[in-house]
Amino acid sequence: MARIRHASLGDRAFRAGCMLAGVFVLAVIALMVFQLVSESWPIWEKEGLGFVTKSDWNAVEGRESYGALPYIFGTLVTAGLAMAMGVPLSIGIAMFLSDAPSRISGPLGFVVELLAAVPSVIYGLWGLYVFRGFFLDVVEDPLYRALGEHVWFLDSRPFGLDILTASVILAIMIIPTVSAVSREIMKAVPQQQKEAAYMLGATRWEMFKLAVFPYSKTGLVGASILGLGRAVGETMAVTMLIGNAIGPNALADTLFSPGQSIASILANEFAEATPGSLQVPALLGLALILLAVAMSINVVAHLLVTRMLRVREGAINN
Amino acid sequence: MTLSKRQYYRSLFRDNMRRRLLADRAVRAVVVAAVVVAIVPLGSILFEVVRNGVWALSYEFLTEVPGAAGSGEGGIGPAIQGTFIILGLSALMGVPVGVFSGIYLAEFGEGRLARAVRFFTDVFMEFPSIVIGIFAFLAVVLLLGHFSLWAGAFALALIMFPIVARTTEESLKMVPYTYREAGVALGLQKSVITMRVVLSAAKNGMLTGILLAVSRVGGETAPLLFTILGSSQFFGGFGVPMDALPLRIWTLSLLPYEDAQLHGWGAALVLIFIIMCINLAVRSFVLRKGTGFGTGGRVVFLRALSRR
Repeated sequence: MARIRHASLGDRAFRAGCMLAGVFVLAVIALMVFQLVSESWPIWEKEGLGFVTKSDWNAVEGRESYGALPYIFGTLVTAGLAMAMGVPLSIGIAMFLSDAPSRISGPLGFVVELLAAVPSVIYGLWGLYVFRGFFLDVVEDPLYRALGEHVWFLDSRPFGLDILTASVILAIMIIPTVSAVSREIMKAVPQQQKEAAYMLGATRWEMFKLAVFPYSKTGLVGASILGLGRAVGETMAVTMLIGNAIGPNALADTLFSPGQSIASILANEFAEATPGSLQVPALLGLALILLAVAMSINVVAHLLVTRMLRVREGAINN
Repeated sequence: MTLSKRQYYRSLFRDNMRRRLLADRAVRAVVVAAVVVAIVPLGSILFEVVRNGVWALSYEFLTEVPGAAGSGEGGIGPAIQGTFIILGLSALMGVPVGVFSGIYLAEFGEGRLARAVRFFTDVFMEFPSIVIGIFAFLAVVLLLGHFSLWAGAFALALIMFPIVARTTEESLKMVPYTYREAGVALGLQKSVITMRVVLSAAKNGMLTGILLAVSRVGGETAPLLFTILGSSQFFGGFGVPMDALPLRIWTLSLLPYEDAQLHGWGAALVLIFIIMCINLAVRSFVLRKGTGFGTGGRVVFLRALSRR
C-alpha cells in the first residue's frame, strides 16, 4: 500500500510540473498585458481616447503631445497592401505546389520553405541596397510620371523609402509562409474528391473550383490572415524601408510618401526615449495597441485553420 | 430529337469545351507566372547575399572586434560569439519549459485548462517579436537596472518555448497508444512511461522542433534591440550588453559608409549560413527519417519555421 501511495506521489509531482510549464504561457501573456497597460497608463490618463485619434508627436518638454493615429494607419495600410499583393500570389504558388508532379513541387516547396527562414533583417538589407533602387527606377518613377498628375494617391515624387516599397517587401516576406501553409491545406483535400471532379470531366482549373476550393476555403482564409498577422508585427525590414516619418507627416497621403508603422516607431524611438518623459508611456501604449491588433488577427486565423483541419480529420475518420 | 438539334447541342458543347480549355490554360499560365514572380525576388536575396557577402569574408572579419566606423577594418567576431552564446542560453531557458509544456498538452491535455493553454500557446507563437522585446525590457532590464545577455536570452526563450511546446505535443501524439499501454502493463509510473518510453519514441520530432526553434530565434533582431543592446566587445559576462549577428547587420545598415555596407553583407552571409545549416539538419530529419506528422503537425511545423 505504502509503495503505491509513494508511486502516485511521484506521478502527481510530475503531473504538477508539466501543468506548471503549460500554464506558464497564460501567466506570461497575462503579465505582458498587465505590464503594458500599467506602464502606459500615464498616456491614457493624459490623452484619453484622443491618443488613438490624434497625430501629433511632440517630445519637447512642456509641450508634450502624442497621437498614435499615423502609426496605426501606417501599420494597417502596409499590411493591407501586402495582403492584396501577397495572398493571390501565394494561393497561386500553393495551387502549383499541391498539383505539380513531385519531382518539381518537392524541390520548389523546399526552396519556398527555406526562404521563410531568412531573417527579417536580411530582407531589410536586401530591400535597402538592392530592391529600393530597382523598384524606384522600374516601377515608382514611371508610375509617377505617367499617372502622378491624375491619380491622387500617386501624386508625390517617389524617393524609394515609402509606404509602397515597405508594402512590397512585406508581401515578399509573407509569401513563403502563406503559400507553405496553403499548400498543406490544399493537400489535405481528400484524393477521392479530386478524382470525382476529374471523373465528371472537369479540367484542372474546374477541379480546383469544384473540389479543392470549397473544401479548403476556410483554411485558406485562415492562412491568409496568418500572413496578415505576420505583416502587422513585422519590424526590421519595414523600419529600414518605410521612410520613418514622424507626427502628422507620417500620415501618408500618397503611396510614395514616407510613413511609419507601430513596429517601426518602436524600433526607432524606444531605445532613445527619455526615461520619465511621457514618450515612454506613449510608445508602450503603441505596443499595447499593436499587441491587441496582432492578437485579435491571430485568434481569428487560428480558429479558422484549426476548424478546417478538424473538419478534414473528421472526414478521414468517417 | 432532330438531326439539326443534335448538331446544335453538339456545337454548343464544342464551343463550351474550347472555352473551358482556354480558361484552364489561362489559369495555368497565371499560376506559373505567380510562381516565377514570387521566386525571382526570393532567389535574388540569396544570390545578392552570397555575391556581396563573399568579398567581406576573411579570417580577420570572422574573428576581430569591429573597427572604427567607416575605417573598413575589424570584423564581426563578437557578433558571432554573441549569437552562439545567446542561442545556447535561450535554449537552456526555453527548451525545458517548452518540452514539459508539450508533455502536459499531449499527455494530460484534456479539459478546459489544457484547451486554453493550447490555444494561447498557438497565439503566443504569433506575437509580434518587438512586443516580446519590450516586455523583456520591462520585466528584466528594468528589474536588473542594465542591459544584459540575460534579458536578450529571456526574450528569445519566450519566442522559443511555444514552438518547442507545440512541436513536442504533435510528436508525442504520434507515438502509438500501445507503447503507453505496454508501460502500464509493466507496472511503470506514468512519469517513467512518459520520460523513458514516449519521449524516446518521439525524439526525432522533438529534436526537429527544438532545432527549428533555435534557427528561428537565431535571426530575430527586434527582441534584441532593447535587451542586449549591442556592443563591440567580446563576451564579458552575462550581465553586460552583448552583440549578435542580426543586431550587427542592423547597426551596420544604419551607417552611411561603403565598408559598413560590405560588412553588413558579410554578416548577413554568415547568419544565413548558420540558419541554413540548422534548417538543413532539420530537413534531413523530417525528410529522411520522417516525424510522422499529420497535416495539423505539418502546419504547426511550417508556422514555426517561418520568421515573424
